[in-house]
Amino acid sequence: MTVAIRVIPCLDVDAGRVVKGVNFADLRDAGDPVELAHRYDNAGADELTFLDVTASSSDRDTMFDVVARTAEEVFIPLTVGGGVRSVADVDKLLRYGADKASINTAAVVRPEVIDEITSHFGSQVLVLSVDARRVQGGRTPSGFEVTTHGGRTGTGIDAVAWAREAADRGVGEILLNSIDADGTREGFDLELIRAVRAAVKIPIIASGGAGEPAHFPPAVAAGADAVLAASVFHFGPVDAIADVKKAIREAGYPVR
Amino acid sequence: MSGEAAASTGADRPAAGAAGEDRPAVTVLDYGSGNVRSAVRALERAGARVTLSAKAEDVLNADGLVVPGVGAFATVMKELRDVDAIRMIGRRVAGGRPVLAICVGLQILFEEGVEHGTTEPGMGEWPGKVELLPADVVPHMGWNTVSAPEGSMLFEGVEQERFYFVHSYGVQKWEFDVTHAGIKPPMVTWSEHGAPFIAAVENGPLCATQFHPEKSGDAGARLLRNWVNSLRKAPGTAAA
Repeated sequence: MTVAIRVIPCLDVDAGRVVKGVNFADLRDAGDPVELAHRYDNAGADELTFLDVTASSSDRDTMFDVVARTAEEVFIPLTVGGGVRSVADVDKLLRYGADKASINTAAVVRPEVIDEITSHFGSQVLVLSVDARRVQGGRTPSGFEVTTHGGRTGTGIDAVAWAREAADRGVGEILLNSIDADGTREGFDLELIRAVRAAVKIPIIASGGAGEPAHFPPAVAAGADAVLAASVFHFGPVDAIADVKKAIREAGYPVR
Repeated sequence: MSGEAAASTGADRPAAGAAGEDRPAVTVLDYGSGNVRSAVRALERAGARVTLSAKAEDVLNADGLVVPGVGAFATVMKELRDVDAIRMIGRRVAGGRPVLAICVGLQILFEEGVEHGTTEPGMGEWPGKVELLPADVVPHMGWNTVSAPEGSMLFEGVEQERFYFVHSYGVQKWEFDVTHAGIKPPMVTWSEHGAPFIAAVENGPLCATQFHPEKSGDAGARLLRNWVNSLRKAPGTAAA
């Protein structure tokens, strides 16, 4: 009895619509997050993550409708991130049907918000999203720094130390995204995963760099408990999730 | 996911009851916060008429009561006390009326919970302690297998499936050794994360799962359907 390595597709949602769309021929509406959530559930996804990239606050409410419709139709865990800043934000997402919320910039700006949210709802509801990039010349002790604004802004904060601090403050999981690997489709940043694995006991979701199923088992070997990807699922073959799970299983790790 | 579980949970169950009402009435206890939307919808799909409420008439009179639970042991106990649910759950169990508790809902049925070094009393329906899982990675988060005893009602048809867990604490010893002639002994289902822990208990009217059936896809849907179907034949459950 060993918990399975989780395979998690991530959808960027803007004003209730999936950004960029998804390359599946049989979808009625490739921009509908609810239909895509169904699709990924049927394909064997272990969880789903929606990242709300809505720029204007007036369009934000559409996200709650998307979350509610998804929760009523898809019975696997749903994490929602983007714009989460407070206990009230998390409460609203949970009430609409999210199981977890992910937090990024707001926690960097004010780390205490992690304590506030997790003491209220428990550790399991909060995922800390870390956008880490490599830095030179000892700018941080681990050689990785935390960035904000999608990797454009460096903070000078050591990414490994930040993961450890967030875990101590009570966060339930780390979504570890490599800014360097993101978009390269050349594989995960395994050194980054190893460095954070050595620092925290909470689950790590590895993200950034996946281009093919063979890229996933090394991330698990480096210490990831879950793997998250977008394009490899959205634009890959129809059975991309099954292919990824097969690769992980053949490397000797349990999958569902 | 096996094809069997998927096939057996795909369609709505045909009408099966007497006296005009075939869908058992289930109340999902509404207290505190968190995602109860999925539980309500999943139970509806499992064939129940679902009410989300903490009102005594809904909680006491339903054919089945579901006690969801997320968060800390002490917080959940406090929130349950605040809506008088401890007494109402106790009354239902004493009267043989079905209750299904989920996640921390399972935990608070035991004698005590030890979280962050403090011990908090639970409902004490069963002896035992809820303690931190001794695993390398905690919380235990994700899909795990279970070992269900033969004859389990809840796991019928899904004994080999994985279910979705998310918790750091668990009951690692089953200490209920009382046996009565004529009363079926409790059935305990185990899973493992760092150590064996209790994944589910079926004890007469009182059932509980450490995992989230409402988040466990087709396998969870089948388990909920098994429970909802059991409400049809449970004694003493006619709605008031």
